[in-house]
Amino acid sequence: MVDTVKIWSLLEQVNDPEVPVLSVVDLGIIREVKEAAPGEMGPAAGETIPEIVLTPTYSGCPAMDAIRMNIRMVLLSNGYRDVRLTTVLSPAWTTEWMSEKGKDKLKAYGIAPPLPLQQVCHPGLFVREEAVACPLCNSWHTTLISEFGSTACKSLYRCEDCGEPFDYFKCH
Amino acid sequence: MKDSLIDYTLHLADNALVLGHRNSEWTGHGPILEQDIALSNIALDLIGQARFLYQYAAALLNAGGGGPGVSGGPGVSGRAGAGSGVAATEDGLAYHRDSWDFKNCLLVEQDNGDWGKTILRQFFFSAYQYYFYQRLQSGKDRELAAVAEKSFKEVSYHLRWSSEWVIRLGDGTEESHRRMVGALDQLWRLTGELFAPASYEKALEAAGIAVDVAALRPAWEARVGDVFQQAGLLMPETGWQQTGGKEGRHTEHLGYLLAEMQFLQRAYPGNEW
Repeated sequence: MVDTVKIWSLLEQVNDPEVPVLSVVDLGIIREVKEAAPGEMGPAAGETIPEIVLTPTYSGCPAMDAIRMNIRMVLLSNGYRDVRLTTVLSPAWTTEWMSEKGKDKLKAYGIAPPLPLQQVCHPGLFVREEAVACPLCNSWHTTLISEFGSTACKSLYRCEDCGEPFDYFKCH
Repeated sequence: MKDSLIDYTLHLADNALVLGHRNSEWTGHGPILEQDIALSNIALDLIGQARFLYQYAAALLNAGGGGPGVSGGPGVSGRAGAGSGVAATEDGLAYHRDSWDFKNCLLVEQDNGDWGKTILRQFFFSAYQYYFYQRLQSGKDRELAAVAEKSFKEVSYHLRWSSEWVIRLGDGTEESHRRMVGALDQLWRLTGELFAPASYEKALEAAGIAVDVAALRPAWEARVGDVFQQAGLLMPETGWQQTGGKEGRHTEHLGYLLAEMQFLQRAYPGNEW
């Protein structure tokens, strides 16, 4: 019998290596934790193993391999030797799945969290997203520098009041 | 049918990998840091899309029925996949096939040239991929539809970014305009292939798996025309168009690209770290 509640709480300890204040649960990339039948190399028949269903933020997110390994490590150190990790692409991840707690942690870390109103990139020319508040001084007087930032999930802004450049976790 | 699906999946994967690799050649060489990062991000998205597609192609190859075999089939056919004793893998498909096995469009393999040529190539392809993935999401193959759903969001960013750059350069200085006209001269004749279905696309179209690429053309032309108008660039007549990439007949550029991309696996076969 797999204790899925316990697994969910263990997953809270696994952080995104690119944004280490967020857990994989905060990020919304864990879609499901369930009980599965063991594979050939698994425990004896009749026993079950945990299966964790994940979805990537972006197709090319290089953190996914590290995240999968970290999940295995945390579960292993808590006695789960056999764990199945399954990747699903549909439905596609959206920043709407990020927890409110996660958004607060992002802001405290200096990254502007995705806006609460879901905005998917519109291919219209020179269309700007709604104003993004500076995570440092809370000013709304900010400018987009580049739609592509230090990682695939972020874009680069500058605050016109305090002068600091900052990352914005872009809506997706 | 299954052979066509393998070819089709490889065609989509090769498009994404080859353009992703081309864009990655700019990493560390972009005109300014922000745009270097932008193009590297786009490369990452494309290579990520290619990975999902190669993984699916490998699963199809391993599931039985074998690969298409003869010329134009995956280079691993006969050596990997069902019945061969060697499992096909995403890495094997990317690193162990030669240029005649690749099914990417000629457009994506062209050399980077200057920033203008790279931008125009990206714009032509992103505009195509945008409408393509939009349709593929409702295709009958669930795996491909899922990749399309994921990728569509990413490509929306690529299209917006590259469109804006075409306008900046076309409507920029005399020099940037001259270079865009030069890039257009080189690339336009390769855009027709995007909308000319290969045999495997036709075979899968009736089953609702492949996108009818010919039908994407009006939307693509409207987008390109709109951007060109703002960029002060003239939309050329369709004219003569070069094709062949989808069937494995490539320009000289692909061989050089593969020589670099596949070097490690060619020199040290099977090496891992």
